[in-house]
Amino acid sequence: MLRNDFVRRMESPGGDKRGSRSLHIDLPLLLILISLCGVGLLVLYSASGQNLFYVKRQALLMLIGFGAMFAVAQFPMRFWERWSFVFYGIGLMSLLAVLFFGVGAKGAQRWLDLGFTRFQPSELMKVAVPMMVSAYLGKRYIPPTFSHVVMVLIITFIPVLLIVRQPDLGTALLIFASGFFVIFLAGLHKRYLLSAFLLALAAIPTLWIFVMRDYQKQRVLTLLSPEDDKLGAGWNIIQSTTAIGSGGWSGKGWTLGTQSQLNFLPESHTDFIIAVLAEEFGLIGVMTLCTLYALLIGRCMVIALNSQSQFSRLMAGSLSLTFFTYVFVNMSMVSGILPVVGVPLPFISYGGTAIVTLFLGFGILMAISTEPKRLRIDL
Amino acid sequence: MINDAAFSDPARERRIFAGRLLISVFLVFVTGLVVVARYVDLQLTRHKDFATHSDNNRVHVRPAPPSRGLIYDHNGELLADNRPIHILTIVRERSDDLDQLLSTIDTLIDISENDIKRFKKRLKRRKPYEQTPLKYDLTERERGILAVNGYLLEGAEVSARLMRFYPNGELFGHVIGYVGRINERESQTIDSVKYSGTDSIGKTGLEKFYESQLLGEVGSEHVETNARGRVMRVLDNIDPQPGNNLTLHLDSRLQRVAHEAFKDERGALVAIDVKTGGILAMVSAPGYDPNLFTSGISQRNYDSLLNSPDRPLFDRAIRGQYPPGSTIKPLFGLIGLHSNTITMDYAIDDPGFFIMEGIERPWRDHNSKRGGHGKGVDLAEAIIESCDVFFYKMSIKTGIDLLSNYSEKFGLGQTTGIDLPGERPGIMPSKQWKKGARGQSWFNGDTINTSIGQGFMLATPLQLAVMSARIASRGKMVTPKLVKSINGETLVSNEIPEPLAINSEHWDYVHKAMKDVVHSTRGTAKGISKGLSYKIAGKTGTAQVISIKAEEEYDSSRIDKSQWDHALFVAFAPAEDPQIAIGLIVENGEHGSSAAAPIARLVIDVYMNSNTGSHQAAIAEVVN
Repeated sequence: MLRNDFVRRMESPGGDKRGSRSLHIDLPLLLILISLCGVGLLVLYSASGQNLFYVKRQALLMLIGFGAMFAVAQFPMRFWERWSFVFYGIGLMSLLAVLFFGVGAKGAQRWLDLGFTRFQPSELMKVAVPMMVSAYLGKRYIPPTFSHVVMVLIITFIPVLLIVRQPDLGTALLIFASGFFVIFLAGLHKRYLLSAFLLALAAIPTLWIFVMRDYQKQRVLTLLSPEDDKLGAGWNIIQSTTAIGSGGWSGKGWTLGTQSQLNFLPESHTDFIIAVLAEEFGLIGVMTLCTLYALLIGRCMVIALNSQSQFSRLMAGSLSLTFFTYVFVNMSMVSGILPVVGVPLPFISYGGTAIVTLFLGFGILMAISTEPKRLRIDL
Repeated sequence: MINDAAFSDPARERRIFAGRLLISVFLVFVTGLVVVARYVDLQLTRHKDFATHSDNNRVHVRPAPPSRGLIYDHNGELLADNRPIHILTIVRERSDDLDQLLSTIDTLIDISENDIKRFKKRLKRRKPYEQTPLKYDLTERERGILAVNGYLLEGAEVSARLMRFYPNGELFGHVIGYVGRINERESQTIDSVKYSGTDSIGKTGLEKFYESQLLGEVGSEHVETNARGRVMRVLDNIDPQPGNNLTLHLDSRLQRVAHEAFKDERGALVAIDVKTGGILAMVSAPGYDPNLFTSGISQRNYDSLLNSPDRPLFDRAIRGQYPPGSTIKPLFGLIGLHSNTITMDYAIDDPGFFIMEGIERPWRDHNSKRGGHGKGVDLAEAIIESCDVFFYKMSIKTGIDLLSNYSEKFGLGQTTGIDLPGERPGIMPSKQWKKGARGQSWFNGDTINTSIGQGFMLATPLQLAVMSARIASRGKMVTPKLVKSINGETLVSNEIPEPLAINSEHWDYVHKAMKDVVHSTRGTAKGISKGLSYKIAGKTGTAQVISIKAEEEYDSSRIDKSQWDHALFVAFAPAEDPQIAIGLIVENGEHGSSAAAPIARLVIDVYMNSNTGSHQAAIAEVVN
């Protein structure tokens, strides 16, 4: 390990000042992201019923996203570490504001109306929470002690509870996961893991009875037996699995998916877009997308492994695992492994702020990847 | 905040992190594999099931209803047409809130309470996912409004379909009948495949009798529908075969003139082509507009038709059974001659009444002033002046058996076999009939009543026309038929049985007597002979509605019109070479001579005039 460090530094003498690195761009990451966005726009065109309006808007948001990513990448990690407390604070305030002044639809109150645009504070927290937790643990011994664990739980649970109140159980769980990933990567002791696991088991009935709303319970029940409610909640699952299954090995062809083009598939251009891809491009298409995701996550983990500080490491690791979780949860819910929670498929699903948030995360990862090597005296 | 990083051991921290990252990679790999396995399972292992399910989702076989065969009259005039209309339908399953939808529609276009009531009734009988009609025959403006507001109307749809239309309204109502929505009883007996996509069926008249010809063959369309059931494209289709077109013997000009001649009277007229048995005109008055029934008649309209004292729905021409009265006399006279019961020289003295041995009550002569027709009344005079006493005497000599047997050969007492449903047989009484129907034996008095077409005897106007045609054609056993050709192919008429073997002298005698009914100065129908350029042979008749006691005088001014006598007339023309034969009745018209005969003359006039013009034949040629 020590020697490796030394060797790597020797292999790229003065690399800090050359090419993409000086622009704080991680080229492999950028190429994978561009490929994903390309696939995303291609599928979106078909999924939206060949509606160029959606494609153009999505492309615009992606461009904004890339811009935001480059901007974020320019700031040194020291900056993010120092100011994470502020971002977290702003996030909390806006979550509170949502509770009182929020707008929304279908019984959920998730948005802040800023006049010129609508803004979803929970999206911000997807980056702010792991950053805050990483910053907190980055300055401390690892593995974390009991008091550190308590502190991390507090940092994580305040926003999570606020988001549960909206209610947006899916996002709350993902944000909790992002905080948890940080402390897990920081070497959380096995006994905490075990007790957390047991606690979670015990919490399920409590959640079921006191926290979950009827429609959320319905989604879980539907997952267990979609056939019970063919035209109601089960419809989505039946139609999406039918779309995926009927795609077969090579798919029905771009824009030729009958399930999606004839509106059998619900939410085909947002949360359920993977079913469109699976129907029209078959298993080959799904595998191609999975490969892109795997490359992306792999690259992020390499960045995490090679990062210069504890904060960067934890941050990069948490972001990559969170990203994987998005992909996993979305692909699982559409194919009927998990209950339907509102999690979009990164870079493929149509959706405003979620796209930009994603790019913010990858901006941080680029910043980490292109950090100047810290001179370290390894004895 | 304590910064303990200063005391940290970076190498150990990296090691811990690397270890945890490794575990994470492992977990990511395993969970990722689960997802991939799920997609492989769905897309490869279970692909076939899902492909089938996906096709079932989108592809539906939709019946393509055939267009119903058209009906033309003899000259090619369209009597039953299919008119494209637009209807507003609702598929119950596709509407989340039906009441909401109905009230939304109500705010957009005019929907009557009746429409809603009938819609709800249909809703109870529909199949799942069936389009249930809410409003028929939308105007262009209504369609526009509905199209613009389509997004508000999930579950409602405007669709085009063909609806039966009868351009002549009530003129042919009874003959052609009408189509109506298939009811529950019918839906159990019909072949549901043939009728898929068709929601109406012939209910009465020719529409019912020729249902199988008119229906056509259903086609099919494989259509791709979206999740809301809207058809996106047609993948494959088998065209429906339209129903066969019928061309009738009916001549709409004769029909029209007969229909109008009845004015406000109740009654019926049937005109037959003597040579072929083709029905040239068939009117039952009053009529009704069959168009009322095609989209489902409203209860109010139906009640008013049903409860009208004039009974417009009753087809008198084939279902009305009346005592034929004196119109039967030429036939009975012919039977008397043929059976040698009487001769052409046979004559009686008529005192104005007839007394039979052993019966105190005399039979009066209804058609003479007191004092009777005088001495030396022969058969010709008895027909011309309609002398009852002659027939009383003759019938006793002939006996009911002969009268009954021969009358049946002329179409009485049995259905004629016309191509219409619901024809009634009338009654030609006989000893056997009385035993069966009444359980009583036959008396001579019954024979005497029968001899002037009263008593038990009943005949439909159609039977009178057939009788008249068979007399006119000297015993040719023609069967009445409405349809002349199907899709241009002339129907091969059933083999006409051998004409009755009756001495031609007897035919000549009876024909001449009937001609003299119209053309002699003593004839009961002499009133219609004025200005005739050809000769009509006929016989008037009067049928009693209530029985008048022998000593009483019939006085129409003292009784209600509904109890006035029925007026009847049978005729054929031209008398020398008969072509058209007619049977008709005017209910409560009192006298055949004044109420019925003029109507017959109008119809025959039109027939004779149009038949001389050769261009009519040319038109018929072109149409067929």
